[in-house]
Amino acid sequence: MKIHEYQSKNILREFGVNVPRGAVAYNADEVYEISQRLGGVVAVKAQIHAGGRGKAGGVKIARNAEEAESIARAMLGMKLITPQTGSQGKEVQRILVEAGLNIKKEYYLGLVIDRSSQQAVFIASSEGGVDIEEVAARSPDKILKERIDPAVGFGGYQARKLAFGIGIPAAGVGKASRLMTGLYRAFEQKDASLAEINPLVLTEEGDLYALDAKMNFDDNALYRHPEILELRDFSEEDPLEIRASRFGLNYIKLDGTVGCMVNGAGLAMATMDIIKHAGGNPANFLDVGGGASREQVKNAFQILLSDPSVKGVLINIFGGIMRCDIVAAGVVEAVKAIGVQVPIVVRLQGTNVEQGQEILKQSELNFTVAEEMKDAAEKVVRLATRG
Amino acid sequence: MSILVDENTRLLVQGITGREGTFHTQQCIAYGTKVVAGVTPGKGGHLHENIPVFDTVGDAVKETGANASAIFVPPAFAADAIMEAIDAAVPLVVCVTEGIPVFDMIRARRFMVGKNNRLIGPNCPGIISPGKCKIGIMPGHIHKRGRVGVISRSGTLTYEAVDQLSRLGIGQSTCIGIGGDPINGTSFIDALKLFQQDPDTHAVVMIGEIGGSAEEEAAEFICTEFKRPVVGFIAGQTAPPGRRMGHAGAIISGSQGTAQAKITTMRKAGIVVVESPAEIGAAVKKILD
Repeated sequence: MKIHEYQSKNILREFGVNVPRGAVAYNADEVYEISQRLGGVVAVKAQIHAGGRGKAGGVKIARNAEEAESIARAMLGMKLITPQTGSQGKEVQRILVEAGLNIKKEYYLGLVIDRSSQQAVFIASSEGGVDIEEVAARSPDKILKERIDPAVGFGGYQARKLAFGIGIPAAGVGKASRLMTGLYRAFEQKDASLAEINPLVLTEEGDLYALDAKMNFDDNALYRHPEILELRDFSEEDPLEIRASRFGLNYIKLDGTVGCMVNGAGLAMATMDIIKHAGGNPANFLDVGGGASREQVKNAFQILLSDPSVKGVLINIFGGIMRCDIVAAGVVEAVKAIGVQVPIVVRLQGTNVEQGQEILKQSELNFTVAEEMKDAAEKVVRLATRG
Repeated sequence: MSILVDENTRLLVQGITGREGTFHTQQCIAYGTKVVAGVTPGKGGHLHENIPVFDTVGDAVKETGANASAIFVPPAFAADAIMEAIDAAVPLVVCVTEGIPVFDMIRARRFMVGKNNRLIGPNCPGIISPGKCKIGIMPGHIHKRGRVGVISRSGTLTYEAVDQLSRLGIGQSTCIGIGGDPINGTSFIDALKLFQQDPDTHAVVMIGEIGGSAEEEAAEFICTEFKRPVVGFIAGQTAPPGRRMGHAGAIISGSQGTAQAKITTMRKAGIVVVESPAEIGAAVKKILD
């Protein structure tokens, strides 16, 4: 799960990480008030769930409250398009206003899970405020890493090693160590999958601040963090995806025209791939679960057909323990109940496949039955592009 | 032959009295797996589906000589169940549970350091040596005894590949689902090392997906050390970056973990990577012929 920058900063503040003074606003009047209260130069920052805001015009500096207010008026409601938002962009609905700082130097701090070593890893760099992947590609020697033993936690020696390593002046290393320790504690205690401060800034006065912060959370651990779940901003998510998640379906909307319904995540991805190979474009990723129960098939249809760009549907089910005849009966029932208008190609394989195909044939509904995945993909792409 | 599980496997099931645990225990028994015990805390001393139930894994091992465990415990308690089985020195632990918090798995893996047990999964279909033993949720009847090893991060996509093989008359020595989570017990490399020691595994099918770098690491191992032909497939060539595609581990982060990068690295290592999932069986047949 993703949250906004200001929400991440609120969490980090609880863990003793120094963040600039500021507050979130939902309209330009609030931006004015907050700027007045902060006094002097302020940063006006669009809050969307995507990076690359600065270059897209989502981060501006205002000399006073009047200027902040007028910037906010232009920014609110604007569609920010960054490399991470996709071509449609994301509408700005919240703005973070923060007191300006006298920045002397910028650094990078981040925590991620390293799959190979199966540990959390702390990443630090003297190159802050830029895309860390670019730094890693351009000058890997400027990326420092410390793996964290989960039985011990993040050691003070590790924090010092990183702080000295990225060139924080000796007088600031104590502060930096405390800040890093706070960042790790927040990461671990909140079950984050990513915690990033980019940039961490050193001010002319010798203080360290998390100027920008980002936290993502492990969806599997949200059950034990109701306080994080409360931060979910539904307006940042696709409405169909929200509906699907209420049904317990794994659904991700994509740009194509071929809707697909598959049991199992790996097979669902493979089905998208084979649609692409056949010359089409998948409209979605949809995993109805390994079992593919009748109810789930019906729910899945409702979600799929709510997307107006879907011109054809490919159902690809591998009947394992869930038998194909039961899946077929579920599909027939769902299509009858919902009244599907677009062509449907069904490919069943596995247990009781013959009985399943018989049920589809006898339903007198307009299914195209395919035997193999490749055949199925070619058929659905042909049907979807014709209509 | 086969690896890890065979006729001598004596299985205990953690979470045997739950709905999933009950159903899949029956399915494993029907396939011929020797299920000797179940564990559900508080239900020790009872019989469930004619199988003795114990309160702890330790008791179950002591009384029945179980040498493998299957875990069907809800996600919030699954990492603890893994550690209980590890602590009781069960040599092989297969965790089917999906949805375990990442940090729980990091701690469980740390707990395993220096111990000799093997964990398969979590979030996996399990392991099967066709005709001998099945631990997990895969449909047994699509498998056929033979000489191709299968290693996969996926469930139904593995069934698809196995089904293609069996229809072409190509049997499997052992099929291992290593699971779709970012932190797991057995990697592609671990499984490849085991297949390397099995003289009757003549080729291996490796089914990966986007996210992480396990396939790239395996490719390196195959290039330098693995002596048998490998056919590969990577799911998620059309997956958008930054989105979790069902499996917790199936996510492209920045430029990391793309299907294209994996395919390129695997091909350089001499792996026959098929573009389409429909070609897996045929590619293996071509190699074996």
